[in-house]
Amino acid sequence: MAFKVSSQVTGDVVSMTLVGELDASSAGAFKSEIDKAVGQSPRSLVLELKDLTFMASAGLRVLIYAKQKLGSGVSLYAVAPQDGIVSTLRMTGFDKSVYIVDQPPPPTPDTGRRT
Amino acid sequence: MDTRIDYYPTHEYNGFRFRRGRPMPFGATIVPNGVNFSVFSSAATGCTLVLFQKGESKPVVEIPFPEEFRIGSVYCMIVFDLDEERLEYGYRIDGPWEPEHGHRFDRTKILLDPYAKTVGGRDVWLRPPNWDDIYQHRARLVFEDFDWEADTPLEIPMEDLVIYEMHVRGFTQHPLSGVKHRGTYAGIRDKIPYLKSLGVNCVELMPIFEFDEWENGRRHPETGAWLTNYWGYSTLAFFAPKAGFAATGRLGMQVDELKTLVKDLHRNGIEVILDVVFNHTNEGDHRGPTMSFRGLDNKTYYMLTPGGFYYNFSGCGNTLNCNHPVVRNLVLDCLRYWTAEYHVDGFRFDLASILGRDQNGAPLANPPLLESLAYDPVLARSKLIAEAWDAGGLYQVGSFPAYGRWAEWNGKYRDALRRFLKGEMGVAGEMAARIQGSPDVYPYRGPTASVNFVTCHDGFTLSDLVSYNDKHNEANGEYNNDGANDNNSWNHGAEGETDDPEIARLRRRQIKNAVTLLMLSQGVPMLLMGDEFGRTQRGNNNAYCHDNEIAWVDWRLLEQNAELFRYAREVIAFRHAHPVLRRREPFAHADVAASGYPDISFHGTEAWVPDWDGTSRVLAWMLCGKHARVADDYIYVAANAYWDALFFAPPVLPPGMAWHVFANTSMAPPEDIHEVGKEPRLNDGRIMVGPRSLMVLVGR
Repeated sequence: MAFKVSSQVTGDVVSMTLVGELDASSAGAFKSEIDKAVGQSPRSLVLELKDLTFMASAGLRVLIYAKQKLGSGVSLYAVAPQDGIVSTLRMTGFDKSVYIVDQPPPPTPDTGRRT
Repeated sequence: MDTRIDYYPTHEYNGFRFRRGRPMPFGATIVPNGVNFSVFSSAATGCTLVLFQKGESKPVVEIPFPEEFRIGSVYCMIVFDLDEERLEYGYRIDGPWEPEHGHRFDRTKILLDPYAKTVGGRDVWLRPPNWDDIYQHRARLVFEDFDWEADTPLEIPMEDLVIYEMHVRGFTQHPLSGVKHRGTYAGIRDKIPYLKSLGVNCVELMPIFEFDEWENGRRHPETGAWLTNYWGYSTLAFFAPKAGFAATGRLGMQVDELKTLVKDLHRNGIEVILDVVFNHTNEGDHRGPTMSFRGLDNKTYYMLTPGGFYYNFSGCGNTLNCNHPVVRNLVLDCLRYWTAEYHVDGFRFDLASILGRDQNGAPLANPPLLESLAYDPVLARSKLIAEAWDAGGLYQVGSFPAYGRWAEWNGKYRDALRRFLKGEMGVAGEMAARIQGSPDVYPYRGPTASVNFVTCHDGFTLSDLVSYNDKHNEANGEYNNDGANDNNSWNHGAEGETDDPEIARLRRRQIKNAVTLLMLSQGVPMLLMGDEFGRTQRGNNNAYCHDNEIAWVDWRLLEQNAELFRYAREVIAFRHAHPVLRRREPFAHADVAASGYPDISFHGTEAWVPDWDGTSRVLAWMLCGKHARVADDYIYVAANAYWDALFFAPPVLPPGMAWHVFANTSMAPPEDIHEVGKEPRLNDGRIMVGPRSLMVLVGR
């Protein structure tokens, strides 16, 4: 399934919706979107992953890139990721760097559950 | 960086743009806008970089290195605008085929980079590969972007370690292991709570450098069962973690998964030691395949006979030429990489005596590689443990060139303890040395040079040691000819499984005796996975080829033999609680603390009268807690390997102190062992130690 990514800026929150398969061929598009988000200096980045069906190493690399570019002061949320994606995040330890949540976090304050 | 003048292409070939690269570091390194490829060959006449798109059968391009890209004997090139995620690369090397002169160049082969950081081709354990692929083991790039947070190697003092030797797959592959991703790094991560409850603070992983589990794959001649290269003592790529041990190997995320395991083990106070195999590679002898070193620079990487054949000090066909300066640097680079990039805490060197041989195989008095490792700045706090012998007959337990740094697997400890345990006469004297950290073997290096063990992957499990007189390796398909014949084992009256409750009881007692002696000896104890709850290999003492229930830990035994687990857990806790058991220095055999007692004293059935007679089967000793680095209790051990009960008189303690019973292996649980600090007080002056039993008293 083709990969699609779209962004929306609300205040100091950037929300991104990822759809399809995030692999080496699609990671570039995701990375460009992350670069754009970094330019907004957001307080948090919310990734809507409900319809993301697969994430390869290249996708994980972009998540790590996002975390590093945004810095530790910016919260990263993975909203409703599918089981396979959660499993990948856990096995590779990235679940320590991202809040895995069922619903997008409320605008304020920061109440995300760190898993 | 992107705009630096030296990062622009100067050449183009079939649409690929490139320039002369940098010779160091070797391997493939991601640089601004490109990848720097660097490979060494002292005798090549030409080199070609072969690039693949991941998984494709044919290369996308083969770029010959222009002659001006050679610096010394290093071919280096930066190729721009590559898709690093989907790149696989190898080399073709031109040069003479002159085996009699040591050269075995073969341009038809695509060769794996010795510095490859990950290797594709065996991404999922035992998934049938494409045997027609022209490049079976494909070098890939890695991204060193793992978030370690504040993690560093733990640097637990050597004397405080309790090592647990394990096989990554075997530890959790059993269907009832209870983990989500069986047989993987992630599976071990799920078992961290178990390791913590047992009390070990270091895991030693059997080989995890990429190897080919299909190597020497074969069917058992009678049963037809598939036999495989399960242990993995046959390295293919020294810098690459075994992808087939990662649940995420199929996604190419084995690096992240392994680093996550190391980070979580560290977070739980558990170190990681890697079992590393630098004595040979998986290319075998002159009949073996050409995959990497042979085709890159055979004469440099291997020890060769004057006729151009392979010396075989490893018993595996070839011998890596470790004291050649180039190979020495490869080993150093490799260990530094694992230390710096994977936060690994130390290394155990398989057949390490080979690392002390010169290029013709003769043992060196001052081997450059071992000296370099001992003094290396990056490895300065890493544990270095030698298996101080090789398959060429060099046995260096006690004489391994240590430079004050190296510890050794103490094979003499294993042998003496086994002999004492089964009641051999005249071993008490040697055992007295072994429980002290073998001062006869390590007079200057001290007890921390001695890694003590009763069992390891190579040989019987502890349960089998007390259940079999002889090895039973028929399942290996070599008609029971493989594996050690001299095991110092004893079945206690029946070979293998038995329904005789008396024999079963005696075996359990002997397992407890062994674990107690191991944990109460000075030095560094090492336990083999599953021995704490009676794992069996059904008498197989060489399970290298079994990816099945012979070699996997059967976690049902944890419940069935809860008694053994509880005992091991308590005795490990006792070791951690008592610094008097964890000395850095040899005993002085004198009262240097002015306590009225020497630091260690030996006894027989009577206090202060040790029995060193050639017929003796008893050993009793006392450690005076005042001599510990932090004031500690007194500890007295009475070990009776005789077949009858014996009365022992422990030494009289200073006024106000009393003996308490920590362990008595002749008692049924829960009286066999007590929680640290809750040991019942001993009322009588004498103790009766049951047949083939031991008692541990603690004085406070």
